[in-house]
Amino acid sequence: MAASENFRTLSRRQLRLEIEELYAEYVACLDEERFEEWPEFFTDDTIYRIIPRENFERGLPIATLHCESKGYLRDRVVAIRQTSVYAPRYMRRLIGNIRILGWQDNWLEVRANYAAFETLRDALTRVFSVGRCHDKLVDVGGSLKFKEKLVIFDSELIPASLVYPL
Amino acid sequence: MVVRHQWPKEGVSRIPYWVYTDPEVYAREQERIFCGRSWAYVALEAEIPTAGDFKRTYIGEKPVVVVRDEVGGLNVVENRCAHRGVQFCQTHLGHATEFMCPYHQWTYNLQGALIGLPFRRGIKQQGGMPADFALQHHGLRRLQVATRHGVVFATFADEVEPLEDYLGLDMLKLFDRVFDGRKLEVLGYSRQLIPANWKLMFENIKDPYHASLLHVFLVTFGLFRADNPSKVQVDKTGRHGALISWRGEQQRTADNAEMKSLLEHFTLQDPTMLQPVREFPEYTVVMTTLWPNLIIQQQSNTLAMRQLITKGPEAFELAWTFFGYQDEPDDLRQRRIRQANLMGPAGFVSLDDSEVIKFAQDGLRQDPEGHGVMEMGGRDWQESESHMVTEGAIRAFYDYYRRVMEL
Repeated sequence: MAASENFRTLSRRQLRLEIEELYAEYVACLDEERFEEWPEFFTDDTIYRIIPRENFERGLPIATLHCESKGYLRDRVVAIRQTSVYAPRYMRRLIGNIRILGWQDNWLEVRANYAAFETLRDALTRVFSVGRCHDKLVDVGGSLKFKEKLVIFDSELIPASLVYPL
Repeated sequence: MVVRHQWPKEGVSRIPYWVYTDPEVYAREQERIFCGRSWAYVALEAEIPTAGDFKRTYIGEKPVVVVRDEVGGLNVVENRCAHRGVQFCQTHLGHATEFMCPYHQWTYNLQGALIGLPFRRGIKQQGGMPADFALQHHGLRRLQVATRHGVVFATFADEVEPLEDYLGLDMLKLFDRVFDGRKLEVLGYSRQLIPANWKLMFENIKDPYHASLLHVFLVTFGLFRADNPSKVQVDKTGRHGALISWRGEQQRTADNAEMKSLLEHFTLQDPTMLQPVREFPEYTVVMTTLWPNLIIQQQSNTLAMRQLITKGPEAFELAWTFFGYQDEPDDLRQRRIRQANLMGPAGFVSLDDSEVIKFAQDGLRQDPEGHGVMEMGGRDWQESESHMVTEGAIRAFYDYYRRVMEL
């Protein structure tokens, strides 16, 4: 894909395929713990926030995890890899009900549901987080990147800690 | 109620593991600590600013509702209908003119008095309540309420000292440093369910010794070091405590070379996340633990109430309410939002704590007759210590705990 005009000229079906592929790659990157690659799904000035539904609905500004540039994402990766102390875990994410709401200025507005399952050692797999994503995608040099990604979780009572991104 | 265990003869320099696991001990805590002579944190006034606003919360395991009535008064009532025990209020925050239990529509005013119930006189002269049934004897259980500078506390006890005396002079000064009478504004909530005993959370915030060791992030990015000038303050009863530190000149010395996290080559990719400004006098960090259920966090520019809600001996909810001040500069507000990355269930710092106290519960559960060793900084406690290498505030807490619990 060459320019945003090209994404704009895609048929609805083709655009949907592009987006489904992007989300599948995004989830695979996180599920496979390739965290160093994860910031590359975002623009340099991205907004990435994981926010409890109650804060989102009341318009409260504090997020559980708040990033306002690709640098913030990279700092999160440093913490995951080098500074944070946490129990080993697997996280598996499912994204579904992807809805393409359409273009606004230069970005594409996308909504999706997600569920994330956490497996700790010696424990049954549990539903860790369920919610929705409000995403804004832009064309950066022929690929779609997240200019904004809000992960709004219904499951407000977080089981212990949120270590890996959603 | 019988508690079968005996506290180790060494006193508070040993913490027996059964205090974290035994259901009988837990039941006694509910009765004597959370429903005893203590002022429990329930809300910020900013959460319920206008008449009819309510907040649903807990003291220990007891569900309560904090509600502002028509004349602006603050009421705390048990969230349990006087008829059949139904938890009538089901939302975190809301607005009401009265509370009606959905089951049989018993209806209460905002002070908790029963004001009516359907079919009281029966239908067609049949049924109904006995003629001598008196509404005034069947209100919601009301708690005593105390507020200071926008913070609301409540107690189940009939008699308890005034809040200010309960906090004591030293804690009151630290409290008033953040709650200085300015109007507060809630900036957000965070809730986590931690599979560990509630006291482990308190111990964590009363223990300055772990911070420079566990929290590699803080040390790595120069936010905290064991050689920061610091002190530990405890009230005269031992039940409340505060860890206080401020920034000073730091040099690599033989003493701090042990802190293996002096990774000097680390810098944040985006330094805007951690650019604190001096906001409060003297200290950079004040973490206050108030018996029985509150941690007040002032870590640079991030302010939060962390409320402990017990969920059985081996779990608690940690409910965070982040706040700032009304009409504060945008720039300061932005710093609070950014620095909140340190805190909460995904916090660069507090994530380590919630994980490690879970590890503690997992380890000690297997050995109720075993005990933890609390000898850092001595075997007893003092009201004030001017360094971080002490577990004195934990010993003070358990000294008071043992008296209340008769253990």
